[in-house]
Amino acid sequence: MNDTATSTQPASLAVSDEVVIRITDMDKWYGQFHVLKNINLEVRRGERIVICGPSGSGKSTLIRCINRLEEHQSGSINVDNIELNADIKNIDAIRREVGMVFQHFNLFPHLTVLENCTLAPIWVKKMSKKDAEEVAMKYLERVRIPEQAGKFPGQLSGGQQQRVAIARSLCMNPKIMLFDEPTSALDPEMIKEVLDVMIELAHEGMTMICVTHEMGFAKTVANRVIFMDEGQIIEENEPGPFFDNPQSERTQLFLSQILAH
Amino acid sequence: MSNPSEHMGGIVNAGDLPDKPAPISTEGPVAWMRDNLFSSPLNTLLSILALFLIVWTVPPALNWLIFSANWAGGADACRANTGAACWPFITARWEQFLYGFYPAPERWRVDIILIVLLVGIVLLAFERTPLRKWIALLMLVPFPIVSFILLYGGMFGLPVVETSRWGGFMLTLVIALSGIVASLPLGIVLALGRRSTMPVMRMVCTIFIEFWRGIPLVAVLFMASVMFPLFLPPDVSFDQLLRAVIGVAFFASAYMAEVVRGGLQAIPKGQYEGAMALGLPYWKMMRLIVLPQALKIVIPGIVNTFIGLFKDTTLVLIIGLLDLLGIVQSAINDPNWSIKSVPYTGYVFVALVFWVCCYAMARYSRYIEAKLHTGHKR
Ligand SMILES: Nc1ncnc2c1ncn2[C@@H]1O[C@H](COP(=O)(O)OP(=O)(O)OP(=O)(O)O)[C@@H](O)[C@H]1O
Ligand SMILES: [Mg+2]
Repeated sequence: MNDTATSTQPASLAVSDEVVIRITDMDKWYGQFHVLKNINLEVRRGERIVICGPSGSGKSTLIRCINRLEEHQSGSINVDNIELNADIKNIDAIRREVGMVFQHFNLFPHLTVLENCTLAPIWVKKMSKKDAEEVAMKYLERVRIPEQAGKFPGQLSGGQQQRVAIARSLCMNPKIMLFDEPTSALDPEMIKEVLDVMIELAHEGMTMICVTHEMGFAKTVANRVIFMDEGQIIEENEPGPFFDNPQSERTQLFLSQILAH
Repeated sequence: MSNPSEHMGGIVNAGDLPDKPAPISTEGPVAWMRDNLFSSPLNTLLSILALFLIVWTVPPALNWLIFSANWAGGADACRANTGAACWPFITARWEQFLYGFYPAPERWRVDIILIVLLVGIVLLAFERTPLRKWIALLMLVPFPIVSFILLYGGMFGLPVVETSRWGGFMLTLVIALSGIVASLPLGIVLALGRRSTMPVMRMVCTIFIEFWRGIPLVAVLFMASVMFPLFLPPDVSFDQLLRAVIGVAFFASAYMAEVVRGGLQAIPKGQYEGAMALGLPYWKMMRLIVLPQALKIVIPGIVNTFIGLFKDTTLVLIIGLLDLLGIVQSAINDPNWSIKSVPYTGYVFVALVFWVCCYAMARYSRYIEAKLHTGHKR
């Protein structure tokens, strides 16, 4: 995927000093299984972070902890100055700030594309139906499928569905976007259309955390690449040095495997 | 996927062959019979057997019901011809079958409710009905309350009609509809409770469901009528009908809960996560995302429960309430009508009424399913 927007230089994209996500000494267990071990991570506004690592290393679990789809057991997670704890008010507040795109889209099949996009603005943000539709159409145009607004998700291709899912998240006007392998359920010819949308989003300065194996995407847009294995952050670096000169052995092994494909 | 280059220099089909009429052998009644009735020796045998069964049963049945039946006259006509249905028995008693012992001058109240109910159901059946959502809401909440006030009276100058005087088809409807209206929301809440992450909630709901599912409705009704008052202070009297309705509603809601739970289980985890990630709180997520999909899946099961409940209302006759079956049964024992064909006629009539109602429910559900199915699939 090196052909997507090769002209972009990640360094040219502005990153502020303000920290929007701060994860300190975070641990998580599934029963007895220690799935995340002492995670420390700071994300600044406008930063684009790519997380990679072998299957089962805890990448999904980590980003799902950020919007409390999974609960962490110790350490702290702070999102946009809101402490993530059992307080339902904080959880709701954080979820309003954080958008998420899933591997399998998770669109609502019983609602049209437009209704998928207007649902949360209407019911969570209390927007009027008319305003919500206006916003939704704006984002559907941004992801280049306004003409599909009246269709149901089941009538769209995978790539189109994923773009709807991105638009749906954007309608809530989030400050941070989480992507969990957004292209890995897609056919090769649809991957590009989704990546293009994500690249555009990056150019607009969205703070993004992406779990993906699209190394081309990581090289072109990421400020930082994080390598995880067995629940730990093994290596963390700018994409240049990360790919050219990985420090840890495990990273080297992983990269040699994934780039061999 | 075939590679286009493989076809280079191969055969190219321009796709302009003319349409030809189908060969005779694939159409017409003869072909239909061959395909559907006589396609194999076993099928042929079964078809002949079925034909034999039809010839054997249908003409006598029609004869008994219609052609030789007594349509006019009174008990005397029936007494002269006991070999066929005695419809005058029904026409002479239909008011009682419909209203029970509801006093004649007050029957207009029942009529109003029946008419509103019918109009409401018909209006809801059509998609283009304006304000359909509001009509549905009106039918679900204020209508039962207003109906009860109207039927019972004691307000707005309406004389009180004790529930002991309610009976017949009206009573059947009262019990069945209260059961239906109460059991669906209660069942949904119970199903959600049983899947809740809160252990206490889950336990309470599970115990409730398993308790009511584990005992026969007859026992529930007996308990409601005999045992329940033992737990109340002696001076508190609790309406017999109300007790039966509560029993039936709880009983049905336990079944409903399991039906709904089946639907909830069919909803992928991703739907919950998609909704939560958008910031929808629990009840909104349930109402807007999960339940619409889950309930749609289990419409057949829900209607099945409704139909079961509707027929189960006949059991109230064992605690002395005279529903349609009960009142017909007591009318049969009228010495003026002690004719051989009368009991048969009465039971056939009851069966027909129940069948029509249940079949209408089944059709209505198929219709709604078909309607909800257009447009999208998962
Ligand atoms: N609900 C759960 N209960 C128990 N174990 C789980 C649960 N979800 C995930 N795990 C385990 O936690 C580990 C990390 O899972 P996770 O989904 O975060 O991995 P991942 O890095 O995203 O992998 P992939 O690349 O395959 O998506 C895995 O070993 C997985 O089996
Ligand atoms: Mg994953």
